[in-house]
Amino acid sequence: MVHRKPITIGEDALKVESKMIYLDNAETTAVDPEVAEIVLHYMVEKFGLPGGEFGHSLQEEATEAVEKAREVIAWKVGAEPSEIIFTSGATESNNLALKGVVQHPLYKRKKVLTSAIEHKSVLDTALNLRRLGYQVEVLPVDSEGFVKVSNLLSSLSGAGLVSIQHANQEIGTLQDIKVIGELCRERGVLFHTDAAQSFTKEEINVKALNIDLMSITSHLIHGPKGVGALYVREGIELQPLIEGDGRERGLRAGSQNVPAIVGFAEAVKRAKQEDAERMRKLRDRLINNLLQIEDSKLNGATGERRVCHNVNVTFKYVEGEALLLQAEMHGLVCNTGSACYSQRLEPSHVITAIGGTHEDAHGSMRLSLSKMTTQQEVDLAAEILAKVVNRLRSFSPLAKRRS
Amino acid sequence: MAQRDASVQRKIGYSEKVIEHFTNPRNVGRLDDADVTAKVGSVACGDLIKLYLKIDERTERIEKITFESYGCAANIATSSMLTELAKGKTLEEARKITFKDIAEELGGLPKIKMHCAVLSKTGLDAAISKYYAMKGKTKIDDTLVKLLLKGVLDPITGVDIISGKTAESISVQDHEVTIGLRVEEGSKLAAELEGDIREAFEGLPVSIKILYKGEKGGQPSAA
Repeated sequence: MVHRKPITIGEDALKVESKMIYLDNAETTAVDPEVAEIVLHYMVEKFGLPGGEFGHSLQEEATEAVEKAREVIAWKVGAEPSEIIFTSGATESNNLALKGVVQHPLYKRKKVLTSAIEHKSVLDTALNLRRLGYQVEVLPVDSEGFVKVSNLLSSLSGAGLVSIQHANQEIGTLQDIKVIGELCRERGVLFHTDAAQSFTKEEINVKALNIDLMSITSHLIHGPKGVGALYVREGIELQPLIEGDGRERGLRAGSQNVPAIVGFAEAVKRAKQEDAERMRKLRDRLINNLLQIEDSKLNGATGERRVCHNVNVTFKYVEGEALLLQAEMHGLVCNTGSACYSQRLEPSHVITAIGGTHEDAHGSMRLSLSKMTTQQEVDLAAEILAKVVNRLRSFSPLAKRRS
Repeated sequence: MAQRDASVQRKIGYSEKVIEHFTNPRNVGRLDDADVTAKVGSVACGDLIKLYLKIDERTERIEKITFESYGCAANIATSSMLTELAKGKTLEEARKITFKDIAEELGGLPKIKMHCAVLSKTGLDAAISKYYAMKGKTKIDDTLVKLLLKGVLDPITGVDIISGKTAESISVQDHEVTIGLRVEEGSKLAAELEGDIREAFEGLPVSIKILYKGEKGGQPSAA
């Protein structure tokens, strides 16, 4: 819980404690203070950079720290340490995976398959590849956000790479990556998955799931920003995006962000299975409370098919940016898929891809939990949203007349 | 608390005045004894307002003006400010209010939100022109029809159907208004636009005929 005062708004102010309820953890998370301490230690004291075989002691120390961190990440996903490449985050990992495969001369089949609800760092990269002349197919999803296996199957022939995310960033839908991985492996198609939203929340074993490439990030699991990783299965060649000093197996040149890498690994170590279970309970409690509000509907799937920290509900007759601002004035921080909130003034591509109207996107609110979220917070969040939804509906020309 | 206020402004890019009008909007809600109403904008764009005006027939002064909004903070704040500026003015005075006046009175608007001030102003113009036409002071002609259609937005582009040329022909004969749309008949878009167009003319003694792609109109004039 972040200790900051909410803005009070005249007589309408809700009496809350002077704390902010932060439910935007799918956007970013607070760094665990103990992780931050370790990061600081590697910034001001053990500030070396991994060097060659005969480096000085600071270099050796840094090499050891980075390699230990690599082991932790590898252990978490069932990979070999040599298969983990540190990057600046999931966006870079996604770029490296897609461009790295397609632009490598080893791979002759250049067709890329992806889904309509991917993160923009996958979708925009894929669409740019299409502009460069590569064949790219964007697979549709059903009303809960799932890629249909039959659609995938009919497009797989001739494909070189499939990039389908694990958990969706807006509606939390968990794709069946086990099935997708199997189908790809059987046909010799490389399978990349963006697991930024599910990493440490869902169990992932890259070998058991037949994953060839996987993007993960630190800042969504209470680690520092600016660091992530790409799992690259042994034997897969990639064309690097950044060339220079041969670091990270020649796949990602440039000085490693040692403090962040160490912090990333520390955050991974601290993620517990119980956290996910607790979040799942709170998630369902919050969904239930929000669906008590009239004319609301859940976006995405339920139960085990939804990632444990994601809630996304559309409130009809009201617009998300206005909701968001009013909620923040009551001390609740969350997110929306409304066009008015986006810099491009475009409604959420995820909500529209699952068949939602623009109105569904404008009224969609995403509330995302972390392991630090309490039951008191989710209950209060639902109360605040009920209040601001009703307030805005009281002068919406679309709302049902209560008279 | 002042610190938090400032941080909200910085993040969203709204002035203190915008936040204030958004938080405590003036003149909200329906006006049951309104003489004229005007609904402009589109649900799909997430930018829609409805204005209600009570006008003294003799002095043509706006006695009461209220609004309803489905939209973002800027939409609510600009509508609120518009009603404050228009209240008590004669129709001719109110007509002179510009979207820049609204934005300036609010201490400025982010560039990306300027269209909200334009929409409020379009709504007021539509209401005033409708009132004159309803009282028989002006004719129901091309100019009025175009003005009212400026309040109808293409849900896909967010541009009004006159500027965006979605409405490609308009003809007015007595009390029949024929509007030709560059839209396939029976499509979802057609249904949305038709609903919005009919609402734009609500209260006027006219019948609306809508022609879709491929249909031949009477004597279409360029829109």
